Amino acid sequence: MTHWIILPIVLPAFLAPFIVLAARYHIGIQRVFSVAGVLALIGLAASLVWQVSDGSVIYYRLSNWAAPFGIVLVGDRLSTLMVLLTAVLALFVLLYAIGSDWDKRGRNFHALFQFQLMGILGAFLTGDIFNLFVFFEILLIASYGLMIHAGGNERLRAGVQYVLFNLIGSTLFLFALGALYAETGTLNMADLAVRVQGVGPEETAGIRIAAVLLLLVFAIKAAVVPLHFWLPSSYAEAPAPVAALFAIMTKVGAYAIIRVYTMIFPPELEATAGLFGVWLLPAALVSLAIGMIGVLAARKLDRLIAFSIIGSMGMVMIAISLFTPEGIAAALYYIVHSTLAGAALFLIADLVRTGRGNLDLTAQPPMAGTYMTAGLFFVGAIAMAGLPPLSGFLGKLLVLDASYDSALMVWVWAIVLGASLISVVGFARAGSVVFWKALGTPETAPVEGTQRPSTLSYAAVGGLFALLIAHTVFAGKVHGYTTEIAAELFAHDTYLSTVLDTPGKLSDAKEGDH
Amino acid sequence: MSLFLLVALPFFGALLPGIMNSAGRSACAGVTFTVSLAAFVGLLTNLPAILAGQTVMARIDWMPELGLNFTLMLDGLGFFFALLILGIGMLIIVYGRNYLSREDNMGEFFTYLLLFQGAMVGIVMSDNILLLLVFWELTSLASFLLIGYWKHLAEGRQGARMALTVTGMGGLSMIGGMLILGQIVGSYDLSVILQNREAIQADPMFLPALILILLGCFTKSAQFPFHFWLPHAMAAPTPVSAYLHSATMVKAGIFLMARMWPVFSGTPEWFYLVTSAGLITMVLGAVIALFKHDLKSLLAFSTVSHLGLITMLLGTGTAFGALAAVFHILNHATFKAALFMSAGIVDHEAHTRDIRRLGGLRHLMPVTFTIATVAALSMAGIPLLNGFLSKEMMLEEAHHTVLFGSHWLVPVMATVGSLFSAAYCFRFIGHTFLGPVRDDYPHKPHDPNAGMWLPPALLAVLVVVIGVAPFLVQDFVFLVAKAVMGDAAVLKTKYIKIWHGLTPALYMSLIAVFGGLAVLMLFKPLSKIWETTPRPEAKVIFEAMIAAFVRLSQVLTHPLHNGSFTRYAMIGVIAMIAAGYHAYATGTVAAPVRAIQSAGPVPIAGWAMLVAATCGLVIMHRQRLLALILIGIVGLMVSVGFVYLSAPDLAMTQFTVEVVTIILLLLALNFLPNQTPVESTTLRRTRDAVVSVAAGLATFGLAYHYLLRDFIDPSISEFHLANSYKGGGGTNVVNVILVDFRGFDTFGEIIVLGIAALLIYALTEALLNGPVRRRLLNRVPDQPRSGDMHPMMMVVVTRVIMPVVLLVGFYIFLRGHNEPGGGFIAGLIVSIAVVMQYMASGFSWASARLKYPYHGVIGAGVLVAGLTGIGSWFVGKPFLTSDFTYVRIPPFYKFELATAALFDLGVFLAVVGAVMLSLESFSRLARRADSAENEHPMDIDPSRAVSAEGSTDMKEGN
Repeated sequence: MTHWIILPIVLPAFLAPFIVLAARYHIGIQRVFSVAGVLALIGLAASLVWQVSDGSVIYYRLSNWAAPFGIVLVGDRLSTLMVLLTAVLALFVLLYAIGSDWDKRGRNFHALFQFQLMGILGAFLTGDIFNLFVFFEILLIASYGLMIHAGGNERLRAGVQYVLFNLIGSTLFLFALGALYAETGTLNMADLAVRVQGVGPEETAGIRIAAVLLLLVFAIKAAVVPLHFWLPSSYAEAPAPVAALFAIMTKVGAYAIIRVYTMIFPPELEATAGLFGVWLLPAALVSLAIGMIGVLAARKLDRLIAFSIIGSMGMVMIAISLFTPEGIAAALYYIVHSTLAGAALFLIADLVRTGRGNLDLTAQPPMAGTYMTAGLFFVGAIAMAGLPPLSGFLGKLLVLDASYDSALMVWVWAIVLGASLISVVGFARAGSVVFWKALGTPETAPVEGTQRPSTLSYAAVGGLFALLIAHTVFAGKVHGYTTEIAAELFAHDTYLSTVLDTPGKLSDAKEGDH
Repeated sequence: MSLFLLVALPFFGALLPGIMNSAGRSACAGVTFTVSLAAFVGLLTNLPAILAGQTVMARIDWMPELGLNFTLMLDGLGFFFALLILGIGMLIIVYGRNYLSREDNMGEFFTYLLLFQGAMVGIVMSDNILLLLVFWELTSLASFLLIGYWKHLAEGRQGARMALTVTGMGGLSMIGGMLILGQIVGSYDLSVILQNREAIQADPMFLPALILILLGCFTKSAQFPFHFWLPHAMAAPTPVSAYLHSATMVKAGIFLMARMWPVFSGTPEWFYLVTSAGLITMVLGAVIALFKHDLKSLLAFSTVSHLGLITMLLGTGTAFGALAAVFHILNHATFKAALFMSAGIVDHEAHTRDIRRLGGLRHLMPVTFTIATVAALSMAGIPLLNGFLSKEMMLEEAHHTVLFGSHWLVPVMATVGSLFSAAYCFRFIGHTFLGPVRDDYPHKPHDPNAGMWLPPALLAVLVVVIGVAPFLVQDFVFLVAKAVMGDAAVLKTKYIKIWHGLTPALYMSLIAVFGGLAVLMLFKPLSKIWETTPRPEAKVIFEAMIAAFVRLSQVLTHPLHNGSFTRYAMIGVIAMIAAGYHAYATGTVAAPVRAIQSAGPVPIAGWAMLVAATCGLVIMHRQRLLALILIGIVGLMVSVGFVYLSAPDLAMTQFTVEVVTIILLLLALNFLPNQTPVESTTLRRTRDAVVSVAAGLATFGLAYHYLLRDFIDPSISEFHLANSYKGGGGTNVVNVILVDFRGFDTFGEIIVLGIAALLIYALTEALLNGPVRRRLLNRVPDQPRSGDMHPMMMVVVTRVIMPVVLLVGFYIFLRGHNEPGGGFIAGLIVSIAVVMQYMASGFSWASARLKYPYHGVIGAGVLVAGLTGIGSWFVGKPFLTSDFTYVRIPPFYKFELATAALFDLGVFLAVVGAVMLSLESFSRLARRADSAENEHPMDIDPSRAVSAEGSTDMKEGN
């Protein structure tokens, strides 16, 4: 058994305490270790992606106990893709944090950053639903720490709401896990998938409640309306690099939904039939609408972007809630896009803040570095609004195409296209006020504390855009890959057999003892 | 030249002007021109193939699964448009170089221009309709940048946004239309779609597809009722207007209608929609144009009117109509670009475009006058100029068109449109150039340098050449028209010529020209009537609509996201209850399989206490100290419950956690008022109560349902029970689960704990560095403090029991694997021992005696646990694999050594570190300005008094 798959979890789990223990007061050392760690993560993630690219499944028994009795990590194409996405995103976010000196403005940024990565990567790699809960806890508490990094009243207030709402989510997660265990007697996802098949038609209420509560937990993470309330102010108030990293956090919810509701509760499962179809797609549509309406309504740039994140999650959830291979493939393509675009936009908002000191959507004298920032904002807005030529447009086409056979096709198309228009208007208004109108405003002495953003900051944003462009140019390859993933998800025999049929410690006792 | 290169050239070339910007304005324009020229020449290399009637194709796969591929096609129609786009583009570049002033950033301008050019070339050469959409939206974006080029002008910004909104909306609806079309045909390639006329027209989704696509065309080509954006796009620099509104952007819609003509035309839907929209636009645009005083506005509305004309021709669905449309596209591009450039020259020289302030320029700017007059007369439809030819064809076609059953409607409307068209052309010439020279121009005008007048002059020459010798372009126009029609219609041989005899079209033309002259004579009174008639002002309406949308979205968003956490939580909880209930109600419920156990009086009493304490907590939660005590009772009762239910490990953990939490909370209470204020109304609290009770009942129902039912298969815990000793080396299954079976979970949880402590530390640090610091330092306690804050009794007792407690912790740690206990509980117990020292002797005294920073302890704990996990790699086992053995070191009995103990040590350290760091953080807050830091363990210390006396004695003795 090779240890590749656990390294993305263990590496940050060692780096973070090491930084706390040995380099607590040395920002330079912290930066070196943090960047080196993330670079190593990218390498590890790439090797994992390569290992499973032939459709095989990597599997790791923690403590050497075989599933379902111990915890297992499972890497298939879906989870390794998400790991790679996280690692790459983390690199640019980290570079931005260093370039903009955000990491200096409070304590323990790098340690928390590594812990955060550990939580996210663990959530993608685990094959055990309770272990998923543990990783949700890690990423929640670490994200709370990152969110309130550098302090400030507004930020602390938003942070309290963020953590409280998510603790409600955690509580619900426990209820759901309790329900699931009470019903099936197991926690391993593959085992759950097998056991749930055995639920008879005469007694379905229990498993249905468990399934729906679990979905709500993930929907909170994915910020699906009406469980999205925690997002706008916390993302808007979070330090920019943190908000950018959070672009992947909503995707953790989306990932979990894809994983659990194609494997454990697949759409064809009779016991849970007709459960989400009624409300998940409409909720996703409302999310998209509310998100983009919020873009138009926003009075500050950071809130505008936060709402656009809700909108883009709505788009992801529309594609997911079709629960067809085409829909999942489209969703995965869009997930990569919206993660990169959302992160870039938050960083750009910070460029604006660096240049002029605030993010109000009012005309103010031209800021430092306005041309560069304006150009980047234009590209970011195009990406988020889903206009050509960037991947947002391609993703939108994929979602529309996938929903052609849906019963709600007219609604999906109308809302997806309508929301695009609203977001175009919203972004155009914001950009024209912040960047263009400024040129018609008389110049005054620069506000104290504003400066031209550093080259590294620009480079970090540029790096994200380079990825976005690659995602567009190689769209055919990427979409082909996500199509394979989707097919694999709906025919998950390899996953189940790899996890359940590999023996571990004392596995022979499995039969004899009960 | 390869088609890919042709499309890519302007896009890659767009990088050049920006790079060359600092090399000077001419260098900048030079590279731009070269790029366009290269593309133009590249296009011409394909001419032989086009003339031979071939279609040049090129293809690269992009997203084959979706059907979006980089497929390019160059046929007669595409070639014709590309020729206009690149040809006029080059003229515009020359003109723009001379038009823009020194303040304008030329690199930026030409970058946008080339982007736009590339997007337009892409549209006309796309074979794949999804690819076409990509380029289509790109033109919207590029034109947004171009129209808003003068960013400091409010009109520029508004015009740009309006154009983007309207054409963007059209583009989005077109996405829908194109996708439907592709779904009907099964391919997104035009070459396939154009072959499937019958299948498309027979499909039930035909009408939605048609409407959605036409929406895109109409918005782009400024057809009624979407015509209003175009005049406002005139805030752009004139080269942009001349380019966008003569040959390119607005022609994109026309192009697409022509492209789709074979599949759509001939249906009544197409005929009624397109013809009537075109007709209305033509007349409306012409009438408004006449009364515009701004030269560019006049031209803008004339463009609207002419686009309507072409649209109408395409709508009729006859071969002759298509031919006329193609010919008019060519003619309109030539004279309109020339006119815009002339208007730009006038503006540039006289510093005004207001016709009322102009007149008599004929003498001052003879060259400009000649160019503008030729172009304007062509637009008016005067013979021997190219506009006449296509207008005659239009009138001829109108003569044969029956709309809504009327033979008269179309011809009359067409004549009226032409009449007003002639009138505004005459006004353009007459009021700008003719008449006496004035002496009140804002700036004394004269002819510009050749760089500015040569481009329009070239076009004016074309106007005359085509007008006099139409046979020169005849074959080409036929070729293009054939490309438009495909196999859908056949062109009867009918040559383009100047004299057709005394046809109805000629009479209509005569009426138009002389009527136009008459209208111009009556301009003053007509204008007065026009000014006094109330008309809807499109811009005002549009801005009001957008403002209303913004307000509506704010009304929808802001109150809902007002920052009230209670409301967020309420909505969330209601959603959870509702979804859960829905799942329950739609499922099936069988009879319970387990019986309810009976409970004795003692458990019931405990339960009653628990309920009473909880209810009391809810009622009295505003008294903070009381609430804390009640929380303590609840926690203790839960611990007792665990004991009753035979879960000693849980009970011990719960108990120690309770103690530590209460101590930490007591510290926190120090900084809070004694009472929580009432912040919400009774109604709202009632609402919250209802939701909470419902949630509580739902939780009860959940537990009740599951407790009475069995697992569907035997649970995994049976394996744990059976193998905890055999495989984990411990008889306490709970502990073996924690450190072995599910040790990875524990590893995660100690990290959570460690992060939480780091957070508390960071939070207090942030507070201490912020504005709160002063408030904290100067705060006056609300109750008098005891003079003896560190009483001797307490100090002595805590010191005495400290080793005992530590020993208990050690014992609990060691026995954990086999008996209730373990690292977690031991950690909490040891923490309590240390906390007691802090309580007894104060923070600064205790921390001065501290060797290891708690940050480090946490870090070390996580590292120890992690290293234990990694240790198993060295024996080829997975992370955290445990091993154990029995050793006997005399004189002791045989005892067990397990790696799990090392892991547990990590847990222990992390717990101690986390608890102590939290405590330390709170204590740091507690330091106040008035409280002296104690250097002694207790405030009143008899021994100190004695030794103090002693030292005094010694002093005295000396």
